[in-house]
Amino acid sequence: MDYFAQQAINAIQLGSIYALIALGYSMVYGVLVMINFAHGDVFMVSSFFCFLLLLLLPVPFVAALIIVMLATAVLGVALERLAYRPLRNAPRVSAIITALGCGLIIQNTTLSLSPYSQRMPELFVPVTWNFGGVTVSSLQLLIIGVSVGLMIGLDFFIRRTRYGMAMRAIAQDRITVPLMGIPVNTMIALTFAIGAALGGAAGVLYASAYPVISATMGVLIGWKAFVAAVIGGIGSVRGAVLGAYVLGSVEVFTVTVLPSTYRDLVVYALLLVILIFKPYGLLGRPAVQKV
Amino acid sequence: MTRWFRQPPPRGVLLTLLAAGLAACFVIEQFGLVDDYVRFVLITLGINIILCVSLNLVNGWMGEFSVGHAGFMALGAYLSACVSVKWLAWGDPLWMFPLAVIGGGLLAGAVGFLLGLLSFKTRGDYLAIITLAFLMIVKSGLENIPYVGGARGFLGIGNQTTLLSTAIWTVLTLWAIRNLVYSRFGRGIVAVREDEIAANAMGVDTRKAKLAAFVVSSFFGGVAGALFAHQLQFINPSVFDLVKSTEILVMVYLGGVGSLAGSILGATAFTFLSQALQPLGTWRMVILPLLLVLLMIFRPRGIMGMREFSWFVPRREFPAKEEKK
Amino acid sequence: MPKATVFLLLTTCAIFLTGCADPNRDAVKIGMNIELTGEIPAVGASSKNAAELFFNALNEQGGVSLAEGPKKKVALIIRDNGGKADQAASVAQQLISSQDVVAMIGPNSSACAIPAGEIAESLKCVMISPWSTNPKTTLDQTSGQPRRYVFRGCFTDPFQAIVLAKFVTNDLGAKKAAVLYDVSSEAPLGQATLFRDTFTAAGGEIVAFETFTTGDKDFSAQLTNIRAAEPEIIFLPTYYNDVPLIAQQARRLGITAKFIGSDAWSSPEIIKLGGADVDGSYFCNHFSTQIATDEAKKFIADYTAKYGQAPDDVAALTYDACGLVTEALKAGGQNDREALREAFAKIREYKGVTGTFRFEPGSGDPIKSAVVLQIKDGAFQWVTNAQP
Repeated sequence: MDYFAQQAINAIQLGSIYALIALGYSMVYGVLVMINFAHGDVFMVSSFFCFLLLLLLPVPFVAALIIVMLATAVLGVALERLAYRPLRNAPRVSAIITALGCGLIIQNTTLSLSPYSQRMPELFVPVTWNFGGVTVSSLQLLIIGVSVGLMIGLDFFIRRTRYGMAMRAIAQDRITVPLMGIPVNTMIALTFAIGAALGGAAGVLYASAYPVISATMGVLIGWKAFVAAVIGGIGSVRGAVLGAYVLGSVEVFTVTVLPSTYRDLVVYALLLVILIFKPYGLLGRPAVQKV
Repeated sequence: MTRWFRQPPPRGVLLTLLAAGLAACFVIEQFGLVDDYVRFVLITLGINIILCVSLNLVNGWMGEFSVGHAGFMALGAYLSACVSVKWLAWGDPLWMFPLAVIGGGLLAGAVGFLLGLLSFKTRGDYLAIITLAFLMIVKSGLENIPYVGGARGFLGIGNQTTLLSTAIWTVLTLWAIRNLVYSRFGRGIVAVREDEIAANAMGVDTRKAKLAAFVVSSFFGGVAGALFAHQLQFINPSVFDLVKSTEILVMVYLGGVGSLAGSILGATAFTFLSQALQPLGTWRMVILPLLLVLLMIFRPRGIMGMREFSWFVPRREFPAKEEKK
Repeated sequence: MPKATVFLLLTTCAIFLTGCADPNRDAVKIGMNIELTGEIPAVGASSKNAAELFFNALNEQGGVSLAEGPKKKVALIIRDNGGKADQAASVAQQLISSQDVVAMIGPNSSACAIPAGEIAESLKCVMISPWSTNPKTTLDQTSGQPRRYVFRGCFTDPFQAIVLAKFVTNDLGAKKAAVLYDVSSEAPLGQATLFRDTFTAAGGEIVAFETFTTGDKDFSAQLTNIRAAEPEIIFLPTYYNDVPLIAQQARRLGITAKFIGSDAWSSPEIIKLGGADVDGSYFCNHFSTQIATDEAKKFIADYTAKYGQAPDDVAALTYDACGLVTEALKAGGQNDREALREAFAKIREYKGVTGTFRFEPGSGDPIKSAVVLQIKDGAFQWVTNAQP
């Protein structure tokens, strides 16, 4: 039983990090109907931001989290402004290819500047508690707490504020919305900023949980988070969170029963099965093609 | 000059050029006229052209977004390696190797058929994600088959890909795909891109068109994989990952969608640039994507997007001038 | 026609760029196929440093003396294989076919060295891997016979497994061991299974045998399994970049068992990345700066003076691999692949900075001694020697 409980905690921790990244994919897709393939690398860069920040001045955890989130948000907006906005009316495929290209540029620039893995300095010393065989560290609780807090905040923002309402309106009809006086460009930039900032938070949390960071880690984790967003129904904020926890659990529990090499096989087979039976994910809405 | 290229070539020119090119490949190889490195790059170029044109059929002419082409490559590569190393190793490479390549293509084509069936249900981004899932399943599936070496790879593949065989397969691919997209049936594939619902209403069997596009594209993807395996002499599942697929996508969109000439141009530019920029180390993979992003911003359809070099267009497409009775 | 012009221009440009003039026409060309980027960049960097140190010194003395004519300079052609098996194979093809090297040094990791060895063998060019310990590197995969052109400059995994199993049973007195290794990489896989066999034969018990795949960052599921099995030691035959994450996650789960490593741990990066979590661990290695001979001391001093840090085992082994190649070049007397291979196969004994190499006729594997080191207070401490 404690074995199962321990694995469940592992799964929730992994799922929380996936969820923060998956939200970035889902928000941009929801508003722009565009898969932002550079998001995994934005996440990766954010943990390097955190590393550099701690190298320059040792700030406490909360300050580091906020500074990195802001820096990553700036990067997200810059990407949108420089690479995606000129393509907003181009064929959609061009935007996807641009996103892929931007991801490669970010990743390989980081790799060229830092070919070695880096050890993240500890943001704080975690305390571990033992509840009858189940080990929980304060870091795990912090990761889960911060992620859940951010997700609830985002859900509130989207459902209850005027900005959130504007975002949902753009997602529904990008042609009519500007006629209602909503500044579409600002709102889209805001979407990118929030998505990237959440990725930045994920970067800080990830780097404190797995303190060896490298330039290529964004690819693997970014794609997993993307899969999580799709399982939940890409474009749906609550779906992304659900998908992330489903994915985290599947990954952890696959390894407990099968050799670790089957993990990706199980994950992607699950993705395929879900897309065949529920083509728009667990909570996604079907896109109706207008004739 | 300009005028001249707007017309199809005089009769027989293409055939003569082709025959001369193939003969040159044969002679170069037989007498070792170029150094091994040039030969290596030329074979890579041929394989890249096959990959690029075949992916262009689905991503360009049909307008879907497949990221799974490396998966078809993997299937072709592994099956052909099994044939040439394990099942028919006793055979003379002269007939055994083409058999291995065709076998690899057929397996890839068969799996492409299944993927084509899935494309009836979904389109666009979701189909792209299905091809992604397919690619990852192939890759991690191969990692779990000890018979082909698992994650550590397949060793002992002979160096059987020759310049001549690559050239023949490249020409075959170009010929097959040109004839497909300019055929009556192939117009259905383009119609799917332009407007599937309208095409259906006009009586185009869009399902058949989709299946055909997927099967042909994946068949040649498998062929390219088979040639690739016998060029590199070593394959492992992580060769055929998203990075490989991304490379093929870069070639397609660099050259231009829906264009044979564009595919050749894209594959050529990519192959030579990635060799020439070799001394830059990892910065190479910063410069190449940067070029691509700039191209996308200033020319979203690629260098030759939706346009064609007139020599690749069948004669009947031109207004009949001298062909009047 | 602009299209056609652009096309031709690009093509000629590219061909021109790829075939630029070769400044090393008259030198003896030696290729290096090493891991400068990817998962284990520190390995490639050490290898590059040591080889440059060796050949710069050699070239300052005029180069290598061959039978005919004056001494010839040695030109190093260094290519990155990214630590990936497929890239290592294509780099081997490029070095041998186009750069026309007379011998290839590297790759270092077994996952890369095995396919690269295959290429070297089929293209008939001498390859020496300084650091690959997996037996398959020097074996022909189809016939099971030793490869003719592939040599290595280090001991092999079966020997390493015996050393570690003995050390763990006799010196540490452990009876229950767990193993966690990268199943997709050649060397770790071989080391894990060989350790399991020798440790069980020595009377120990393997209580958990867990795997992961290259690139994994989360090991909590496997470590939870291991914790439930209560081992006394945990054997981690993985590269230096994976160990810190595993060690840290294990400590956070409350696992206190000691870690035991293979020679894949040897980069000092492990101390930088691992910190306190890896302190107290033991691992098997090729070389220790603390028991250096006079020759080795000179190498260590030169290396430290030039690069500002002491050489690790990859650096020392690469230095010896360079020495072996030079020895064979002198003995063969020609700038020729076949002569080099014949001369190499005749080397019976070579004294290098990592100890004495003894080659049996018909085998590319030297017989060498090993050391066991401990990570203690941020440094590698010598613990014991192991003779073959």
